Amino acid sequence: MVGNPNSGKTSLFNALTGLNQKVSNFPGTTVDKKTGSCRLSPLVKAQLIDLPGTYSLYPKSADELVTYEMLRNKTETGSPDIVLFIADASNLKRNLLLMTQVADLGIPVILALNMMDVAARRGIFYNIELLSAELGIPVIPINARQKKGISELKTFLVDTANYQKKTFFSLDALQPAFLNEVCEITDKKNRYAALQFAINARELLTPKADAIRDCFIKYQFDAHKFQETEVLKRYHTIDQAVRISRKEKGQTKLRSITQQADKILTHRIWGLVIFLSLLFFVFQAIFSWSSYPMQWVEDGFYISSHWIQQTMPAGILNDLIVSGILAGLSGVMVFLPQIIILFAFIAILEDVGYMARVGFIMDRIMRPFGMNGKSIVPLISGMACAVPSIMASRSIENKKERLITILVIPLMSCSARLPVYTLLIGMLVPEDMRWGPFNLHGIVLMFMYLIGFVAVLISAFIFQLFIKTREKNYFIMELPGYKLPVLSNMLITLYEKGKAFVWGAGKIIVAVSVILWALASFGPNDTMQHIETKYLQLATDPANTHPIEELAAMKDAEKLQNSYAGQFGHWMEPVIRPLGFDWKIGIALITSLAAREVFVGTMSTIYSVGSDIGDLQSIRVKMRNEINPATGNPVFSMATVLSLMIFYAFALQCMSTISVVHEETRSWKWTFIQFAYLTALAYISSWVIFNAFS
Amino acid sequence: MKLSELQFGQVAEVCQIQSEDLLLKLFEMGLLPGEEVELENIAPFGDPIAIRVGEYKMCLRINDAALVDIKLK
Repeated sequence: MVGNPNSGKTSLFNALTGLNQKVSNFPGTTVDKKTGSCRLSPLVKAQLIDLPGTYSLYPKSADELVTYEMLRNKTETGSPDIVLFIADASNLKRNLLLMTQVADLGIPVILALNMMDVAARRGIFYNIELLSAELGIPVIPINARQKKGISELKTFLVDTANYQKKTFFSLDALQPAFLNEVCEITDKKNRYAALQFAINARELLTPKADAIRDCFIKYQFDAHKFQETEVLKRYHTIDQAVRISRKEKGQTKLRSITQQADKILTHRIWGLVIFLSLLFFVFQAIFSWSSYPMQWVEDGFYISSHWIQQTMPAGILNDLIVSGILAGLSGVMVFLPQIIILFAFIAILEDVGYMARVGFIMDRIMRPFGMNGKSIVPLISGMACAVPSIMASRSIENKKERLITILVIPLMSCSARLPVYTLLIGMLVPEDMRWGPFNLHGIVLMFMYLIGFVAVLISAFIFQLFIKTREKNYFIMELPGYKLPVLSNMLITLYEKGKAFVWGAGKIIVAVSVILWALASFGPNDTMQHIETKYLQLATDPANTHPIEELAAMKDAEKLQNSYAGQFGHWMEPVIRPLGFDWKIGIALITSLAAREVFVGTMSTIYSVGSDIGDLQSIRVKMRNEINPATGNPVFSMATVLSLMIFYAFALQCMSTISVVHEETRSWKWTFIQFAYLTALAYISSWVIFNAFS
Repeated sequence: MKLSELQFGQVAEVCQIQSEDLLLKLFEMGLLPGEEVELENIAPFGDPIAIRVGEYKMCLRINDAALVDIKLK
């Protein structure tokens, strides 16, 4: 499936494949590859590959070379039998440019003419037979959002006799010798395909590219001029076909709903006010609506892990499953409600067409920071979770802008930081304390979010000074007409995003949780055994005054402190002491690498809170009572707490993020740079804060 | 006249595009010589601008719009 962005391609793809779709990457790129299966008839099933929406075969980036790699490569088993081209009837001329290019690659094309209702509302009508005759390819009218014309389309696709090839742009103006040589160098039979590839690949740093450049010089071929002429000639051909089959009835320049809406939504004052209010509303909704589902998830995990713990024979496996795997999983799943709600809002706003306006409004602000108007959505999503947000930055074409966006997203305060902030802020400020009409706790929380955002801007600003790119960055974007959202589209998107999060982040978090569980459960020599024996004796000792739960908690605390993780905490204490942290906090910093919120659970264990594991107050009480043996002062002084909060605000303590960044940048260098700068930022800021407040 | 100087209410026609790179991008988007354009919106900070091109709407930055020559209809 090929088509312009905003032509309804996604709706059509969804209509044809439903949930039988899969999102992956084109190998070696970060370009989305959506595939799905579709039953065309009782006997025929088709595999559908959705290629990224684009305006022409001349790609905007090296990544998009893949779009027509896919289309042209006849030797691969995955080469298409036919291209299903979808065009927006209310905008037909521009949509057809790509179609004529694709057809010239030598693959049969069928045109699905979508959005004829939108065109009709603007007084534009097309005669399908005439259009088909003029273009020389089959044309099927459809309405993807209302799922009309789908069965006709399927019927047509089943009959391969309908598959026709057509050439729109003649290469006769070029020397045959030149074209032959290009075909040879690029190893392609279709002359247009060969030339296309050559033009696009000529800037690359490969020997083939050298050969192409030499060939172009030899025949004095000006690629730019050629492209220019090609586009003009194609539009000329399209123009004729469209003019003959098009009829205009009634007013064609009516003030449409889109125009009216945009006057307000992009207004200098109202546009911003509406956007910020919408943002505020969305986040309110996320945090309040997610509290029940989050509770269910937590309860669900609590019940299942409890059940497993009781039912399974006690031992390592039981422990591994309960404290390692399930604990890790619950850490992931508990944030799923927030992520789903956030992405539901984003999906709806995207479907309606508002997201493009958001980019339009915010572009000017993002630019000094080396980012693009399109960066704003990934940045905002970063407040739920960095993982899907970093993946969402694929929509930014310019390499530099995209890289900078990815580098700074983790500074946006994600959901996982919330439990940490809540625990720590509560040590400084009682949860119900007010400052005038405002809840002080809430104010400090907002302040933490603000710090994250300011850090984003400063970091981005610095990065854009240093990162060089040859690409000139453009912000040329279509502003599609507003449409009513289609529920099925949103549900499918949510399913995909949810799956990506659970699978992508989930895999890493569970793996890291298991590793950390092992580090925290096993210790050098026989220390663990001795502790077990000690507590076993204590439990049966008549002089013992502690209840069983308390003994169990104390045992867990002691085991943790003597485990490998505990040893590591001791070992790293000198490094973190300047920040006001002790080795127990050190242990928690390590375990937080799985996911930041693990900090709370680890603190619970270290301070032997035991069964009160969800009760923050119990943890806080224990933490406040902790005295540093060396100084005689409380460990959790205001300075330490503030320093810890700042550390969590900046540090990259999330293996999932690291993993996704590597996937998206395909560069160990940048993954490392991100980890390094965030760690340095966290360390230095913590140090400054700790010393400022002690 | 430059596209960046277009005012509300004016209808213009595209004449020429000064930069090679920009030219190809805009051509692909349908911003061709002879195509009709009209200013639709200006973003809150003055940049980018949204214009109607033929039958649809697109946005571009002011400094890119300054490279597009137009003439009023």
